[in-house]
Amino acid sequence: MSSFSTDPAASPLSGEPQDAAGGFRKRFAPALMAGPATLLFATLVLTPLLLTLLLSFNEYDHATGRTHGFTLSHYAEVLTDGYYLEIFLRTFRVAALATAICAIIGVPEALILSRMRNPWRSVFLLVVLAPLLVSVVVRAFGWSMLLGPDGVVNMILQAVGIGRTRLLYTEGTVVVALVHVMLPFMVIPVWTSLQKLDPAVEQAALSFGASRPTTMVRVIAPQILPGILSGSLIVFGLSASAFAIPGLLGGRRLKMVATVVYDQYLGELNWPLGATVAVILLVANLIVMLTYHHVVEGQYRKRMG
Amino acid sequence: MTKNGPLALVFHTLVVVFMLAPLVIVCLVAFTPENTLTLPTAGFSLRWFKAVFAHPDFVQSFWNSLWLAFMAATIAVAAAVPAALAITRWEFPGRQFLNALFLSPLIIPHLVLGVAMLRLFAVVGATGSFAWLVAAHVVIVTPYVMRLLIAAISGFDRSVEQAAYSLGASEATVFRRVTLPMILPGVTGGWLLAFINSFDELTMSIFITSPSTVTLPVRMYMYATESIDPMMAAVSALIIGITAAAALLLDRVYGLDRILVGQK
Repeated sequence: MSSFSTDPAASPLSGEPQDAAGGFRKRFAPALMAGPATLLFATLVLTPLLLTLLLSFNEYDHATGRTHGFTLSHYAEVLTDGYYLEIFLRTFRVAALATAICAIIGVPEALILSRMRNPWRSVFLLVVLAPLLVSVVVRAFGWSMLLGPDGVVNMILQAVGIGRTRLLYTEGTVVVALVHVMLPFMVIPVWTSLQKLDPAVEQAALSFGASRPTTMVRVIAPQILPGILSGSLIVFGLSASAFAIPGLLGGRRLKMVATVVYDQYLGELNWPLGATVAVILLVANLIVMLTYHHVVEGQYRKRMG
Repeated sequence: MTKNGPLALVFHTLVVVFMLAPLVIVCLVAFTPENTLTLPTAGFSLRWFKAVFAHPDFVQSFWNSLWLAFMAATIAVAAAVPAALAITRWEFPGRQFLNALFLSPLIIPHLVLGVAMLRLFAVVGATGSFAWLVAAHVVIVTPYVMRLLIAAISGFDRSVEQAAYSLGASEATVFRRVTLPMILPGVTGGWLLAFINSFDELTMSIFITSPSTVTLPVRMYMYATESIDPMMAAVSALIIGITAAAALLLDRVYGLDRILVGQK
């Protein structure tokens, strides 16, 4: 990349003022324009993340609550202690389950939506996606009311003779609510890849005598696979770091990674240990996201030309 | 076009019920006259809405959230417009890095951002400061503004600007009279999306709000972990109402489907 030069599209325009300071301005224009945002992000994204990384290596003095020195003991503790292992495994299990269910529901739903005619198509697309805009606390609260001891679901269970069941504070409830929150993130990329699909290809397969299931498996599925993978990784990443849903629907017994970090910071006040769990969560998340970027997108480009 | 069979429509109906059920139940229970979380079978009552407005903590948090979202969205747009113009129109060292940096809050869990901000605030002595809370919110809503702006700027015909220049307009005039009006849907759409996201944010805010700066979602979370009564349903219904109003406005100025799935 050549130093401070404009790219062809942004080269000085004919008629653009060419004063003596033109060269100077061209040189520093992007710096001035992107400067405020860069300063903001350096101060409030890069610096705090770096501070947190450093904090995770600090010793914590339980008597005084002060942090100092250098130690790897927090990492050793989190990575070997059965308590943390169990929490990481539970978080992984819940996130994987939520991701699988989102795919099972979201992929067919995106297909169904894409086969609807307007105005139904726009209306239902909004119905499925717009809950995304409502605060997750409100949605968690809605689920706690639906699944509570006197909630609608328990009323139905009683009516059909199964009887009252304790639904709140179980892994199942956390998964159901996570699916509700994450489903739009699965539908969106699948919908997008369905829009790129040429309907003539499906028609061609059918007119050459392929059955509907064959067309689905051999023609449509391979083309929307990148969308499904992309949605799965987003859903998994967001589910694994979700806070409000396990916090409100998992209760005190059902700890997940996010609620443990919260406890360490605001309950135990052991910030270095909390920072360690947060750093591990962030690294795991970035690995998932970047893997997607390199593997999935790379393959997709290769295959699609 | 292939049509949906009856089985597909049944499936679709179930998905729609699943997506709407928690929101509908909250809005219904908000109108209950009872003291417990029950559906309003005996008649509708506004007593729980009155209870919200009689609760000074919730009123305070409501104004905090509204003001915070307004400030954060406005500053995010002000910082993102020049930055997006620089990224889309200029080639300079570190351009890709800046692009990734401005979008990074989308892939960093808000929980991690929350604890990181908490540490930063402790180090610089900003714990409990409203201004720093606004700055933290600016960071998490900027990516949404950025994405809409970059789309708006890349998709516009620069010959209009060239025409203005060749007719003797100054750079400031061209920006004000040509560039800005053309990217305006991206600007207003980005502002509204930023407002909604800031207004809704819980996970990061819970770490960095102090008793005087508590936002509405954080207040609700704290309240819900202690006790649950129909007042929570009334607060939720109010939040749904505000979000719906902002979303309708967003639909008018930019198109909700374009925001949600990136196309008209």
